[in-house]
Amino acid sequence: MKEIIKIENLSKFFELHNLGKYIKACQNISFTLHEGEFIGITGKSGSGKSTILKCIYRTYLPKGGCIWYRSKLYGVINLAKASDRQIIHLRKKEIGYVSQFLNVMPRTTAREIVQKAVLDIGYDIDYAKEEAENMLSHFELDQELWDTYPNTFSGGEKLRLNIASAMVKKPRLLLLDEPTASLDNESKKLVKVLLEKLKAKGTSMIGIFHDLEFMEGVCDREFNMKTGNFTV
Amino acid sequence: MYDKEQPILTIKNLRKQFGKGCTICRDLDDKNIQKNFCPVCQTVYACRDVSFELYPAEILGVVGESGSGKSTLMKCLYFDQDVTSGEAYIQGYKNGNANIFAETSQQKKYIRNHLFGMVYQNPYLGLRMNFSSVGNIAEKLIGAGSRNVGFMTGRAQELLGNVNIPIYRMKEAPKNFSGGMQQRVQIAKALSNNPPILLLDEVTTGLDLSVQANVLDLIKKIQRDLKISMLVVSHDLSVIRMLADRTIVMLNGKIIEQGLTDQILEDPQHPYTQQLVHSLL
Ligand SMILES: Nc1ncnc2c1ncn2[C@@H]1O[C@H](COP(=O)(O)OP(=O)(O)O)[C@@H](O)[C@H]1O
Ligand SMILES: Nc1ncnc2c1ncn2[C@@H]1O[C@H](COP(=O)(O)OP(=O)(O)O)[C@@H](O)[C@H]1O
Ligand SMILES: [Mg+2]
Ligand SMILES: [Mg+2]
Ligand SMILES: [Zn+2]
Repeated sequence: MKEIIKIENLSKFFELHNLGKYIKACQNISFTLHEGEFIGITGKSGSGKSTILKCIYRTYLPKGGCIWYRSKLYGVINLAKASDRQIIHLRKKEIGYVSQFLNVMPRTTAREIVQKAVLDIGYDIDYAKEEAENMLSHFELDQELWDTYPNTFSGGEKLRLNIASAMVKKPRLLLLDEPTASLDNESKKLVKVLLEKLKAKGTSMIGIFHDLEFMEGVCDREFNMKTGNFTV
Repeated sequence: MYDKEQPILTIKNLRKQFGKGCTICRDLDDKNIQKNFCPVCQTVYACRDVSFELYPAEILGVVGESGSGKSTLMKCLYFDQDVTSGEAYIQGYKNGNANIFAETSQQKKYIRNHLFGMVYQNPYLGLRMNFSSVGNIAEKLIGAGSRNVGFMTGRAQELLGNVNIPIYRMKEAPKNFSGGMQQRVQIAKALSNNPPILLLDEVTTGLDLSVQANVLDLIKKIQRDLKISMLVVSHDLSVIRMLADRTIVMLNGKIIEQGLTDQILEDPQHPYTQQLVHSLL
């Protein structure tokens, strides 16, 4: 199996100048994710799990090590050193990130948000419309809400929309940072079905889950922050 | 029409100083300058070797405290002020080979009328307050060579409609309008010649919060619909967070940091940026 992500000695620290603080968030992390594989990261709170995902997505600037990613756009590229423009393109076309926090766009309806995600990857509007409707129905978002602005949605509805717009892209690489943290069991099941579908279509994933049972149900391997190795 | 992978606007070492400088401050060494000011000769270094690139269809945020040189940068680009030195190139203008700061005043007028749209913080700088809103836009269209009154009226009405100015108020002079409406008329005027680059200087500063949100929504929508490139200047990081894909941080006339907007907000590197972000939380 081919590698899609190969992390070598990733380190991240934060230097908080005004507080005179130096925080080691993660150190010498190394692991490999194969194409189509789903890795879960486990470890106690504050052990650096989110930091790893944010370094891959480049919301955080890695301080040491390499994050090799086999991209469609640029071939094998070190995400730790890629340009901002390259990262923007990769986020649009290949790499998705979902957390429990939402990024709703102003004056954009739920339908438009999901459609835009599909248009960004380069599909035409007809396909985007169809996919958006499929995804919104899958997440059982009330049809009356499709053409309204999400700032009026309930927390659960916003979250489902957030996940829908990340998943509709069928990204090559999907990063999941406790996306199900505040979802009820019904919604969790819907997420699980989609994760399984994405996996079947070849999406590679790295995820952090509060709910260990949920994680074991979807992941192939677990990377343990404490040991710096996979759990066997 | 534009190559998306190449910058639409490239700025190299833009410098703007008010004053002649002296032997002490001329090397722009931070030791000899207090913030942006030479205590010996009183020269203000408003922009110090500012270099960056703006790409097609992106919103680039420029953030920094009051006095950091943001407006001066915008005014230099729009030729409201002459640069002290530096270069700027526009994709598609003379094959991207002509430094626009070195062009003739005739050419600069062309660039201003066709390639840039400008929205000032102070609507009095951008609008003729005694002209009607339609008249304000017609003026800009005339500047770009239009002569057909029917066309200009139609275009003005369309543009004003797009920024939600009710049709029955279009003949009114903007001096009677609220601050939010004035900014919307400025935006319509700036867009009238379909410029590829829009410069927005503190467009929402001083407006009520709900009005601010409206104007920000409008800007975002325009960017989505027209795929225009925007340089958005604000002292307010929350405005930048709403709008920008990438962000530049300025302090004392210099760029101290630039990056993806989410990275600037969540993992700022420079002490000043950290302080700025911290004050937002
Ligand atoms: N943006 C940040 N600025 C400063 N410190 C941070 C930041 N993000 C994370 N940290 C610190 O890094 C450490 C690891 O955090 P995190 O990756 O969020 O852990 P986990 O996801 O395992 O709970 C913690 O000590 C946290 O406080
Ligand atoms: N016409 C001028 N003459 C002298 N100094 C000026 C002039 N315009 C601006 N400045 C100075 O240049 C610096 C940058 O100002 P400005 O670009 O307006 O900052 P900002 O828009 O970031 O608040 C400030 O110190 C300001 O006082
Ligand atoms: Mg976490
Ligand atoms: Mg200003
Ligand atoms: Zn001096």
